Amino acid sequence: MTKRSNVSKLYVPEPPFRPGDKPDFSHIVVPAEHSPSRPDPMVDAYDTEPQATGLVRVLKLDGEATGDWNPNLNADTLREGLRHMLLTRLVDDRMFSMQRQGKLSFYMKSTGEEAVAVATAMAVRPTDMVFPTYRQQGILMARGWELKKLMCQCLSNAGDPLEGRSIPVLYSVREKGFFSVSGNLGTQMIQAVGWGMACAYRGNDDIAIAFTGEGASAEGDFHYALNFASTYRAPVILNVVNNQWAISSFQGIAAGQSKSFASRGLSWGLASLRVDGNDFLAVYAAMQWAAERARRGGGATVVEFFTYRKEGHSTSDDPTKYRPRSEPDAWPFGDPIGRLTDHLIKLGEWDEKRHEALIDELKVFVRETYKEAEALGTLATPSNINPATMFEEVFEETPSHLRRQRQEFGV
Amino acid sequence: MARMNMIEAIRDAIDVKMSQDPDVLVFGEDVGYFGGVFRCTAGLQEKHGLHRVFDTPIAEGGIIGAAVGMAAYGLRPVAEIQFADYIYPGYDQICSEAARLRYRSAGEFTAPLTIRTPVGGGIHGGQTHSQSPEALFTHISGIKTIIPSNPYDAKGLLIKAIEDNDPVLFLEPKRLYNGPFDGDPHKPAVSWAKHDLGEVPEGHYTIDFEKARLFQEGSDLTILSYGTMVWVAEAAAAATGVSADILDLRSLLPLDLDAIVKSVKKTGRCLVLHEATRTSGFGAELIAEVQEHCFYSLETPIVRVTGWDTPYPHALEWEYFPGLERVSEGIRRVMEG
Repeated sequence: MTKRSNVSKLYVPEPPFRPGDKPDFSHIVVPAEHSPSRPDPMVDAYDTEPQATGLVRVLKLDGEATGDWNPNLNADTLREGLRHMLLTRLVDDRMFSMQRQGKLSFYMKSTGEEAVAVATAMAVRPTDMVFPTYRQQGILMARGWELKKLMCQCLSNAGDPLEGRSIPVLYSVREKGFFSVSGNLGTQMIQAVGWGMACAYRGNDDIAIAFTGEGASAEGDFHYALNFASTYRAPVILNVVNNQWAISSFQGIAAGQSKSFASRGLSWGLASLRVDGNDFLAVYAAMQWAAERARRGGGATVVEFFTYRKEGHSTSDDPTKYRPRSEPDAWPFGDPIGRLTDHLIKLGEWDEKRHEALIDELKVFVRETYKEAEALGTLATPSNINPATMFEEVFEETPSHLRRQRQEFGV
Repeated sequence: MARMNMIEAIRDAIDVKMSQDPDVLVFGEDVGYFGGVFRCTAGLQEKHGLHRVFDTPIAEGGIIGAAVGMAAYGLRPVAEIQFADYIYPGYDQICSEAARLRYRSAGEFTAPLTIRTPVGGGIHGGQTHSQSPEALFTHISGIKTIIPSNPYDAKGLLIKAIEDNDPVLFLEPKRLYNGPFDGDPHKPAVSWAKHDLGEVPEGHYTIDFEKARLFQEGSDLTILSYGTMVWVAEAAAAATGVSADILDLRSLLPLDLDAIVKSVKKTGRCLVLHEATRTSGFGAELIAEVQEHCFYSLETPIVRVTGWDTPYPHALEWEYFPGLERVSEGIRRVMEG
């Protein structure tokens, strides 16, 4: 924290490094040994203070898995997780470059944050509804949504299940338990609480899992969500993905002087965990823990995933304009894909050759699928979407004023 | 049939739906044990249980956001916002979420929720308990805006709203809760017990949206209005001796344009009334539609009488409210041209 003076003066926080600076993250201590312990999932919320201010970890940077949070996953599950993360990254790369070629209007990568989405999806039930932001596409990979549909959504073409109504990456996939992504940030947090309240009202043990970035955790909806989740003991997991950057604003703009985003949960009497978001096993373990707590009537958990957004916010910003070019590489918590790969290799369950072969296989899959998707149209070609659909689904039944407007439009 | 005031009719509508459909939940500030500051939910918690009728934190954005999540899940939440003046923290959840969910998800997710909230002045509420924000919602695609003017319509329209598969904003003119109001605050209050529209059928019935009520039939002038102002229109027509078609629009969106056009083409004159502020008010939309569809039938320019473009002042409430005198003057202006 910046030293306080004896004079009241407007204080505006600034990130430690801007373009031209040499990033040095030595002030962020990577805990060597290692992680706050794993309490019983039904622990009193206030007793999670060490987990809310420390950092829940399983994987050391050398690839060794230690500690009582280790979910002890078998090698097949680990390889599956690696596959979903790699696919996510390759799809991101492909769609990003296609945006640069003018085939789609916009794209958002999740590079460096793949573990947050993929491990969450694998740790909870496929029937648990996730309320994602635009950066949890990894959930769709892990839950096996047809990749061509995802690409067609981004291309806003005839294959887009959303009929070209939303900009790229604002998916909606009910069959995969993936709630319609809003462009208005944070709104999904309180909606997830409502969904969880509905699950509890119906008396089943389904839960809802919501995500927000740390930047949008400043929205009122986040605070409503924590308040309502606490009041009604809603079976939800409220995740804050702290990737350090909200477009060009560093995390301190949203955090203020608070110790961690996770610790905000404590003040509402909610169990709270701060988790290494680049550690696939820690994410998995934390989600398993919070899901069990929610299903058993223990209520909501607030989870901060401590991670780093390696690329720009979207295709519309150049991150070198507001942070050092080398900052992503200087980030001290490594890369989630690299760390899980190292772990598998250390276990003797993976090797370089298989890794290369998997990447090659996925690249072909992505390339071929993209070709099929692009054949259905791109932003650069005339839209294949039936213009009449513009007037549909505003309401369940089209009222007369919209019917008149459709006639006026001429369809 | 039963004698009901508007509060009882609204409560009865909710009760009918709660008895029929276990997915109907009611929540909002003070609606539970206490039964709401206007008593619209009194007794419902006792009858239907704590988990179906409950109090919420004072957080309108939270109330509506949670309702969106419940509705998307498959429940039918009926959320109360204590005064329409307090709805603004929930505006984003209404406009960007509830109203857009069906469209943006291509029908995968919907938000069949009902938001009930009292509107309008005439109860010494000052600028924070008297607003009429209907135009802020009719401007939004994807949400229906309903406003009854009497107990009979209130019950039928509210049951319809709860059963509707789209989000519905249900505005309750609070000055009409206990009786009709002709715009003269100095007269003794009239109760619904003496009025036909206080006769409310028991059990289930609905009134379709997009259907105006021909409140009074006449030949010389069409008055387009809704909510409290319907009753002022009736009194002003009587005071001026003008034979007026008074249309109680009831459903602002969707709007019964056919009824409007039919009436104005018949009378050739049109007066538009609302209590809300004038500029960009719903009256502007009505005037535009009448102009577009009835221009060649109009004998005189359309006139509107509305609240002034000021906040609703406490001490000068009756100077703000477009009461009998101003409406009568409006009628004379339309008649004289």
